[in-house]
Amino acid sequence: MTVTADKPAVTTHTRPPVRRRRRSPATWVRGGGLGALVFLLPMLVVFTAFSWYPIVESVVMSFQQTNLITAPVFVGLDNFRAVLTDPLLWTAVRNTAWFALLALLFGFPVPLVAAVLMSEVRRWRGLYSALAYLPVVIPPVVAVLLWKFCYDAGPNGVFNTMLRAVGLGPLPWLQDSSSAMVSLVVEATWAAAGGTIIIYLAALTSVSPDLYEAAEIDGASVWGKIWHVTLPQLRGVLLITFILQIIGTAQVFLEPFLFTGGGPAHATTTILLLIYDYAFAGTLGGDYGSATALSVLLALVLAVFSALYFRLTRGWGTS
Amino acid sequence: MSWKLVTTGAALAVAATALAGCAGGATSSDGRTVLTVSIDPGLDKGAVAAFTSRVKQFETANPGIDVRTEEFKWDATTFTAKLAGGTLPDVFTLPFTDGRGLIQRRQVADISGLVRALPYFSAFSPQIAKAGEAEDGGMWAVPISAYGQALHYNRSLFTQAGLNPDNPPSTWDEVRADARQIAQRTGQAGYAEMTTDNTGGWILTTLDYAFGGRTEQLAGDQAKSTVDNQQLVDALGTLHTMRWDDNSMGSNFLYDWNGINQDFAAGRIGMYVSGGANYGSLRAQNAIKPADYGVTTLPLVGKNAGVLGGGTLAAVSASAADQVKAAAVKWIDFYYMRKQTDQAAAVADAKTTADSGEVVGAPELPVFDKAQYDRRMGWISQYVNVPVKQMAPYTDKMFDQPLVPEPTKSTQQVYALLDTVVQKVLTDRDADINALLADAQRQAQTLVDRG
Repeated sequence: MTVTADKPAVTTHTRPPVRRRRRSPATWVRGGGLGALVFLLPMLVVFTAFSWYPIVESVVMSFQQTNLITAPVFVGLDNFRAVLTDPLLWTAVRNTAWFALLALLFGFPVPLVAAVLMSEVRRWRGLYSALAYLPVVIPPVVAVLLWKFCYDAGPNGVFNTMLRAVGLGPLPWLQDSSSAMVSLVVEATWAAAGGTIIIYLAALTSVSPDLYEAAEIDGASVWGKIWHVTLPQLRGVLLITFILQIIGTAQVFLEPFLFTGGGPAHATTTILLLIYDYAFAGTLGGDYGSATALSVLLALVLAVFSALYFRLTRGWGTS
Repeated sequence: MSWKLVTTGAALAVAATALAGCAGGATSSDGRTVLTVSIDPGLDKGAVAAFTSRVKQFETANPGIDVRTEEFKWDATTFTAKLAGGTLPDVFTLPFTDGRGLIQRRQVADISGLVRALPYFSAFSPQIAKAGEAEDGGMWAVPISAYGQALHYNRSLFTQAGLNPDNPPSTWDEVRADARQIAQRTGQAGYAEMTTDNTGGWILTTLDYAFGGRTEQLAGDQAKSTVDNQQLVDALGTLHTMRWDDNSMGSNFLYDWNGINQDFAAGRIGMYVSGGANYGSLRAQNAIKPADYGVTTLPLVGKNAGVLGGGTLAAVSASAADQVKAAAVKWIDFYYMRKQTDQAAAVADAKTTADSGEVVGAPELPVFDKAQYDRRMGWISQYVNVPVKQMAPYTDKMFDQPLVPEPTKSTQQVYALLDTVVQKVLTDRDADINALLADAQRQAQTLVDRG
């Protein structure tokens, strides 16, 4: 038996080699290149000033000790050592992982189920979409302040009043280490679900009705249609939203910063909040070296995770 | 001219305009020195009007200076960001705890030469002046006010709970008993505690001093953290009992300075500890009803007990040009200092402030000496509009209580550590106070050693 015998006969179509012509600067200008560059220039300036330059500067700063006023001092890997030996780092990593897990449990299925249900609805679909998207339109700080009001741990707090009506509570919500993180995730899910629902709804419109008809002819139930048609067709979008959610939750900052400041007793201190605290909570100039070192480490971990994720899920696409 | 050329030119013009917008300067278009000064955020209309009047008076007296105002109040979570970002006003205020550290790191401007020329320079209380001095004795930041901690209480809640508001508690046992009675009879928090943004550590250190302890021992320039002391164990034990046995501390254990002031003014808190001069903020920012307000001295336990004292410094941005520094010191002199040293200025300030319906005569500690303080209170007596009688339990005794300055090394960072300790005690019934303090002391020593 030969290995080659199993291979199908392959006909290769080779294109004639295309010789790329080198364009002279004059041709480039005449072809509108200069105009394009000028139009691009404001964006290039903005990106350079507000994205690329700070990224490069952060990496440099992670090897320095600086108060941003006097001359920085090169300290090698000291900042990375300080960060990795800080016991609070592992608390922050645990909390962030806990937030990410809870956010996946709440935040991944809820929009998907909502989108599937909304796509099945014949009337008022626009209204439901608008209502679902409404929390995204509310400025996040305002939303947090509203929820803070609702999370009042007193017996007359909004949620506790509702619980009392069914004979439950009062719950401490943000005021207890065990319930604080769950409370943050519930608000974060409420705030972000609308955007994800819209993405899923858009993806659902691209699923061919023929597939559902075929499933119906085969006797598939509603659940069968969702399991065998909808989900496989949404696989590509699901994979992307999953990785975006992981990256987003790994960088959660707003909720712990505004709701609890990382408390009670560091129960909601996340990695980004720790970075912020390194840089700004000291009040005397902050430890910008450690803050940027941890930022660089986080970026590296997320980059490696994303690369691995896409590599492992390469074959899981829609097609 | 081709359409392409026109659009290209337009795009270039937009980019150039955008870049030009980033530029700024220390001189206005009419050649005056631009000085940015800070005004407290969230003030009511009257307070803003009073401030604006003072700015106009200053500009009339100094026609070469164009004063611009910017909302700013020192806050542990945003100060460093603004400092690093260079977005602080030219003149800003900060607590005593941060003065020497910022001066050491040269993060504020050296205005010592200009300050030395002020007529009252040598009259500052040496203890107070230290907070704004560099190692060579030059004053880089000017002490503009000082305070001692006090126990603020809501007279209406006291009355509702069947307590006599003219007879506030004078021992911690009485604080505990009154807090319990308020909680039981009114449903509001009898006693509340700040716990976030370093205020938890600030108040816990205050309680430690009041129970006779100290969180730092100084030997020359060397500091040793003594956070793990018996008095702090006792103070935390009292809080633990009030929280878990008496259930008299309400349901919010994540208060910052603004939050606790807001709830106190709204009648949701019976008692809390904060600076003795807090009434001004409670009126201007939280609209407390004057009839509700009461303040008394902190109960002190034992011979070594004292009242934590601190204060506010006025400093100038490190990036200020020379003419801005000169203008800044003039403003500090005009707005913060002269009203404390000069009769005409004191009267003018008090009149402007009172005419705007704002607070005149809230109890402060003197940055010079008591004689100067008494003189000033005499000058402005006709404009005093605070409920003086209701403040008598504090003002009658505030000069008799021993004042203990705040810890000196890495103060705010150690306060942040203590935030966690007090949060843990108030949110976890099984919190091990001894273990928490032992751990906090270990971490505090590292911070203190780092300077």
